Amino acid sequence: MDSIVQFENVGLRYGTGPEALSDLSFTLFSGQFYFLTGPSGAGKSSLLRLLYLAQRPSRGMIRLFDSDLVTLSRDRMPGFRRRIGVVFQDFRLVPHLSAFDNIALPLRIAGMRDADLATPVREILDWVGLSARGDALPATLSGGEQQRVAIARAVITRPDILVADEPTGNVDPEMAVKLLRLFEALNRMGTTIIVATHDIHLMTRIKRAQMMRLEGGRLFDPTGALRYPPKPSDLRGWEEDKG
Amino acid sequence: MLGAFFPTRHDRRLIPQARLTGPMPWVIAVMLFLTLLAAAAALALGSAADQINADLAGRATVQIVNADSDARQRQASAAEAVLRSDRAVAVVTRVSDAEVRSLLSPWLGSSALSDDIPLPSLIDVDFRRNASDATLGRLRDALAEAAPDARIDAHGQWLRPVFELIGTLRWLAIALVVLLALASIASVMLSARSSFAAHAETIDIMHLLGSTHQQIARLFQRRIALDAALGALIACLLAAPVLWLLGRAATRLDSGLVSAGSFGPFDWLLLATVPIAGIALAVVTARMTVLGALRKKL
Repeated sequence: MDSIVQFENVGLRYGTGPEALSDLSFTLFSGQFYFLTGPSGAGKSSLLRLLYLAQRPSRGMIRLFDSDLVTLSRDRMPGFRRRIGVVFQDFRLVPHLSAFDNIALPLRIAGMRDADLATPVREILDWVGLSARGDALPATLSGGEQQRVAIARAVITRPDILVADEPTGNVDPEMAVKLLRLFEALNRMGTTIIVATHDIHLMTRIKRAQMMRLEGGRLFDPTGALRYPPKPSDLRGWEEDKG
Repeated sequence: MLGAFFPTRHDRRLIPQARLTGPMPWVIAVMLFLTLLAAAAALALGSAADQINADLAGRATVQIVNADSDARQRQASAAEAVLRSDRAVAVVTRVSDAEVRSLLSPWLGSSALSDDIPLPSLIDVDFRRNASDATLGRLRDALAEAAPDARIDAHGQWLRPVFELIGTLRWLAIALVVLLALASIASVMLSARSSFAAHAETIDIMHLLGSTHQQIARLFQRRIALDAALGALIACLLAAPVLWLLGRAATRLDSGLVSAGSFGPFDWLLLATVPIAGIALAVVTARMTVLGALRKKL
């Protein structure tokens, strides 16, 4: 298996505050499915920000797509970001663009012509059950619909890595399972999936998924070894992490 | 090349634009209107200085003042001969006594100008090109020997203070154009920064989805380009009648100095480049400002 992400003694500090992440060392492999969990404030979102290149680490080394991120030039960052799909916890849809245009945004950024992007966007809208809402602005969509638009936008380019922060937090259980199936399908096509979630049931649904647990900015297992698949004993007591 | 400056229809939707309801087109319109007036003033003053220089700097008058009529006539003939022999002189014209009397009569009255009152002899001199100080010095020396009572007055020298004033005003107008350009740059920078801050969320999303800095800067370039084009149109519509009316009023004054400051086709062409240069300056400033702000992002 090829490694796609490598962390070595990575630390992240915001300003002069304490370290939000400390001594993270692990490797993620291409084509795998990972769940990232841990209590609120454990550093999950900070770790995801490092993964989707919104932040550089304060110390340590990160390798992504076989390149050292710490020394990577700014000019090459956009190319790397286009290979990473992101589902933000707060969706981050462009408020004055329709659902269709929000989903088409990564394709347009990548330079696809309008004539070529209608079909894939319609397909993915249909997949997330929003084919009738393509022209709707985000403000007129429910929380669940906005989340599905955000997911559709993240997967439309079939990225090498998909990073999702609580991607099923606002959808009903049926839609959550459906979205998970979409992630699985992407994963089968080779996309590495990293999902931060509190949802134990979601984690148990993907049998071959591996799990990372953060506590206090550190990996739960200090050796960095990943548990897979999660055993019921691992999950016991995690319900109280929620929220 | 232009494709790098102007984005697609979809890109335009990403950063919605206020058009004429926003302040920017009006700020640019006022700046360009003032710039056009200042540039027109600089061109008119330059043209006036050139015209007056061409009319007067190539001419001089030799005056022989001697109460003795015979001596005056003798010296005038000698001076005429000296002038005709000089290579810098093109035309020498002796002004007749009758012409001198007619020139003086508005001030002294025709009855006062009897034959008993000695009048100076005058010789008009046209030089082949503008007379330099060296040429005038050489003629003075030559005339001093042939006609000791002769005095040469270069027309350009009389008007030297006027030339200096026109030159100062011209530089002042050019300085105004530069200052207005700097003020326009500052306004566009403020507008681009404010627009950048207002759309920070959209920019952040585009950035994280893999937009290059150039793609984001292009959105703002276009926004400012349209504002500047609207502003330039308004400025031209205001400035054209004002300049036409000023030109017309200057012509009606029927003064050699003022009417010399009218515009030729090349001047109008130069004035037409002012709004175009204004738009280009605004676009480049917006691009630089936004790229500068984006450099702070990862």
